[in-house]
Amino acid sequence: MGSFGATAEFRTHRQVERFAVSSAAQNQSTAPDAAVSQTGTGRVKRGMAEMLKGGVIMDVVTPEQAKIAEDAGAVAVMALERVPADIRAQGGVARMSDPDLIDGIVRAVSIPVMAKARIGHFVEAQLLQTLGVDYVDESEVLTPADYANHIDKWAFTVPFVCGATNLGEALRRITEGAAMIRSKGEAGTGDVSNATMHMRQIRAEISRLTALPADELYVAAKELQAPYELVREVAELGKLPVVLFTAGGIATPADAAMMMQLGAEGVFVGSGIFKSGEPARRAEAIVKATTFHDDPDMLAKVSRGLGEAMVGINVDDVPEPHRLAERGW
Amino acid sequence: METTVGVLALQGDVREHLTALRSCGVRAVAVRRPAELAEVHGMVLPGGESTTISRLLDSFGLLDPLRARIRAGMPTYGSCAGLILLADQVLDGRADQHQLGGLDVVVRRNAFGRQVDSFEGELAMAGVPGAPLHAVFIRAPWVESTGAGVEVLARVPDVPAAGPAAGRIVAVRQGAVLATAFHPELTGDARVHRLFCEMVAGGVIAGAASGAGMPVQAHEM
Repeated sequence: MGSFGATAEFRTHRQVERFAVSSAAQNQSTAPDAAVSQTGTGRVKRGMAEMLKGGVIMDVVTPEQAKIAEDAGAVAVMALERVPADIRAQGGVARMSDPDLIDGIVRAVSIPVMAKARIGHFVEAQLLQTLGVDYVDESEVLTPADYANHIDKWAFTVPFVCGATNLGEALRRITEGAAMIRSKGEAGTGDVSNATMHMRQIRAEISRLTALPADELYVAAKELQAPYELVREVAELGKLPVVLFTAGGIATPADAAMMMQLGAEGVFVGSGIFKSGEPARRAEAIVKATTFHDDPDMLAKVSRGLGEAMVGINVDDVPEPHRLAERGW
Repeated sequence: METTVGVLALQGDVREHLTALRSCGVRAVAVRRPAELAEVHGMVLPGGESTTISRLLDSFGLLDPLRARIRAGMPTYGSCAGLILLADQVLDGRADQHQLGGLDVVVRRNAFGRQVDSFEGELAMAGVPGAPLHAVFIRAPWVESTGAGVEVLARVPDVPAAGPAAGRIVAVRQGAVLATAFHPELTGDARVHRLFCEMVAGGVIAGAASGAGMPVQAHEM
């Protein structure tokens, strides 16, 4: 199976052979190869993210909100107990959501459901996998559980998305098994400036790699603190080997469209929808703006009549110890 | 006129389909507007979220023009979400989901289960010569039943270990419409796209003789 492209070597430690031929009777099958299939492979995990491209993933805290998001055309919902703006306002330790809440949201919609685990909290991730969540977000929005290690994401069947502020961080997460990357931004602020900075940073670093002579990629890998093989792959592809979304501070259709023009392949919207005046209309407008991100006439049309955007906080007014983007390394 | 194949680019894995089509030697373009649809000889409906694509088709005025082209015999290929959109009937979908129609089949959405049940494996497909395909199924649908004019091209191997998926239909063709529950665009093997491009080329030749199946005048939005 090694002939199916560069990503074939990314495999989990615990691939499950589902249609595995075990009995003698089955071994008489004319084409034994045709009876073997595997779940939880790198391609299946990364492929799931490919299917989300050009779409909007929305934070929801209740089954009702999940339905509104699905009605508006979200490609997936992120189930959580408090949106980042409330986590910020209320303080305290933020953890994985209650399983009942996640179950309720999984039952409410037919689109994929994601949920957040704390950085390094591999048992929260085990629970989320058992609950049937479609993607786990190892998220800086929650309080980290481990200040040294992230989760070994290869050990799971469920795929993971992780945040990154720069290329090195993105590649370290991919090394740990992340099948999708999102820029971090500064969640819960409605201030898009950090997301812009992270998208520009990642884009600039990728473009620098593509211009480097092959013999300088070794030092580039050292500087990025990322494995050489991945660095070389990025230099050859001119993009990350996994899908790159953006997140953190997106509050308007224009914000979403700007991130797409900066190279994001899709958008996470957290507090921006359900902390606004008319969530359903805003949600739908952000979906349309993501699809037609390069068409200003269409963007102007969908940006009308959306009511109040979330009030927001300037990132500069957030004291440094409370900045979420700085969690993770 | 050079054979041009469109990929519906409202949401989903558009780039992978464009790449696969180009590797077959056709001109491939992204289609988001009725005017763009009018210029293609065939269409690919990519993988993605069928509820999202269905909604955007309606919002951006593509639903009726695309239905009309498919009804008029434009070669169309759908993978995964594309299969769902082409099916005349969908189980476990949303009540307000729009169907493009063209395939007399009943499809069950998310039939194989959630993402943890997504899988890849070898699969033989009629019309695709050579070794079995490497098929990638992601929250995939399957075809529950087919009408009289539908040709079944592939089934999940009928082995006990496949459980409820054993023997399920995962690739079909009806006239100019081709659909797979899996994603050949993710594997770098363009044989399914080549089969589709042959269907498009056949349509172009037939259309040049009769005037059918050729691009039609755009409806203004």
